[in-house]
Amino acid sequence: MTRLVITGGTLIDQTGTRAGDVAIDDGRIVEVGTAVTGDCVLDASGCIVSPGFVDLHVHLREPGKEEAETIETGSRAAALGGFTAVVAMPNTDPAQDCVAVVDFVREQGRKAGLCDVLPSGCITIGRAGELLAPFGELAAAGVHLFTDDGNGVQDAQLMRRALEYARPLGIVLAQHCEVASLTKGAVMHEGACCSRLGLPGWPSIAEELMVFRDIELVRLTGVPMHFLHLSTERSVQLVRQAKADGLPVTAEAAPHHFTLTDEMLSGYDSVFKVTPPLRTAVDIAALKVGLADGTIDAIATDHAPHAQHTKEAPLDQAPPGMLGLETALALAITELSGSGAAMTLEQIVAALSWKPAAIAGVAHRHGRPIAAGEPANLTVFDPTREWSVVPAHLASKSRNTPYAGRTLRGKVRHTVFDGTAVVVDSAATR
Amino acid sequence: MKHLLSVEDLSPADIHSLLELTDHMVEVSSRPIPKVPALRGKNVVSLFFEDSTRTRTSFDTAAKRLSADTMNFAVASSSVNKGESLRDTIETISAMGVDAFVIRHKSSGAPQMVTRWTNASIINAGDGWHQHPTQALLDCYTIRAGLNRRDSFDGLRIAIVGDIKHSRVARSDVQAFTKMGAHVTLVAPPTLLPPSLDGWPVEVSHDLDSLLPDLDVLYLLRVQRERMDEALLPSLHEYSALYGLTAERAARLAPHALVMHPGPMNRGVEMVVDPGELPGSVILHQVTNGVAVRMAVLFTLLGSGSDLRTGDTV
Repeated sequence: MTRLVITGGTLIDQTGTRAGDVAIDDGRIVEVGTAVTGDCVLDASGCIVSPGFVDLHVHLREPGKEEAETIETGSRAAALGGFTAVVAMPNTDPAQDCVAVVDFVREQGRKAGLCDVLPSGCITIGRAGELLAPFGELAAAGVHLFTDDGNGVQDAQLMRRALEYARPLGIVLAQHCEVASLTKGAVMHEGACCSRLGLPGWPSIAEELMVFRDIELVRLTGVPMHFLHLSTERSVQLVRQAKADGLPVTAEAAPHHFTLTDEMLSGYDSVFKVTPPLRTAVDIAALKVGLADGTIDAIATDHAPHAQHTKEAPLDQAPPGMLGLETALALAITELSGSGAAMTLEQIVAALSWKPAAIAGVAHRHGRPIAAGEPANLTVFDPTREWSVVPAHLASKSRNTPYAGRTLRGKVRHTVFDGTAVVVDSAATR
Repeated sequence: MKHLLSVEDLSPADIHSLLELTDHMVEVSSRPIPKVPALRGKNVVSLFFEDSTRTRTSFDTAAKRLSADTMNFAVASSSVNKGESLRDTIETISAMGVDAFVIRHKSSGAPQMVTRWTNASIINAGDGWHQHPTQALLDCYTIRAGLNRRDSFDGLRIAIVGDIKHSRVARSDVQAFTKMGAHVTLVAPPTLLPPSLDGWPVEVSHDLDSLLPDLDVLYLLRVQRERMDEALLPSLHEYSALYGLTAERAARLAPHALVMHPGPMNRGVEMVVDPGELPGSVILHQVTNGVAVRMAVLFTLLGSGSDLRTGDTV
């Protein structure tokens, strides 16, 4: 076997930060130290070497919407973003509510060979919110995270039953928090901006009411719950209190929710339409505090590719969602660290790596300490490199990034997945 | 000025000069042959993705009086019904050579979006709940003529009554009236107001009766039946009782006060009294002035400076 060595970098993992070289052979880290040698050298001078990132929230669109993304193109975008594992959301067509579909998704991921593609399962059949999906069969097929993402589970009784039924299975239910009766036809955050633009508003309370309900259902059942893409100040406060109460809840925030405000929609550009919607500066500040104090465990992209022609519809008709995989690290560094911001690089890596790895149930393979014997899933990034987002240069099949033309700080240089350098010098090798 | 998308983009001076130009267009319209060659050879295409009679006819009449070539694109019988996208529709028609599109669309922002796909001028003839700028201009013109306020609306008290939340007319009029200097009060049940009025230079009232004697203009908006299905109103009867213009309320208006409505009216709902019996009603003047205002807009966007005052005819 070829011995791969990453030299000259600064290692960050949950054990701390130190300089070191890392040698990799046959899918595992075999040596960590100084002046380590190997057959193939990845230069990491000036870079951070960290456990591979884990994205709890991506839409890979296959099966069903391969015009927007395939598992292969999405995996490549993930690898370029430093992710060695991604949780594929179940709103495919057909939905990931049976073993055949989740097996297909996992197998397509394996064929692409760029990162671990972890299929999520639906909470309800067809995400229709009526009948429970077969949690037991899906869990036996390796599914750990269950969600109807794209829809919140509206029926409180059904949600209670789902939590109760999940208890012996060791799985985690993840909620897309949206009380649908409050968001009919909604296009953007309800506030001054939507009032001026003449667009139906998506009020913060629509998210917060479901966060509140589900925290109380967790209190009742004791079964863990993960909150997807939190976007409001009050949601952060509710989760903070739930954690203080000792409840088994976790939460994620998406980079666009801590970067962009609803004002971005002033030009009616549907690239800024997303669910939940872009909120206000107050919400952004609260999300940043929540990430820094650990209320929000993970940064998850909600990578949501859409074909250009579908996004070119008027705002109320265009589908919600934006690309995220290839810009997540840079937005975290640009928006959350540095002058005046609250997070250290170590905290950012934690929110991108071992904390989401634990929620996704892959802590045995991802987000591991950088030490001999561990699986070789690693990300090497330059935290100071500035780069401009050019949609046409992205590996995703779609182009709906809201950051076109923005200069961001922080760039993934190499990604090692399962012992193989799948990204070298910011280019995919397969 | 390349496009007319929103009153927000107009300065008070822009509004003023459009109204001045409208005076000339009124004069043109009063001639025995109300037609000038100002826009001869210009191609104006109306794209109405939402039903309209008065606005479409008004633009059509305005373009014809300026000798522009006009084409009406009836969406119902078009390739849009076969699934053609807005972008493809615009690019296809643009390829035939178009100087201006007059666009009405049920989606807020659609006219602004279209500007990315064509070099033609875009005139917003109403988009969703957002804007209807020529309505605001014709309303300003009507108030200017009706109250003899040539230069500004300073000190005028205007109440806009009805479904503000869903109204592009309200959004446009609030901006235009306040830019002209008027004091605007919005009158509606809270459910028919926008979720936030931050940045709106207006006052809000839920009590029409207390305002009536002090008003210079009472502007009524159409209230749609489907609002009850969304639990925004208990009943049209209750709306009418609280906010409708009855004969009793009309009698409490000042003698000089104008009553306006953008049409189409809901008789018996917001307009309980017969407007034909209201001395202050200028609702038909609004329609008449609409043609002249739209001539002024078309000429401003497409004209090349030919003098309209010389009385040249085709």
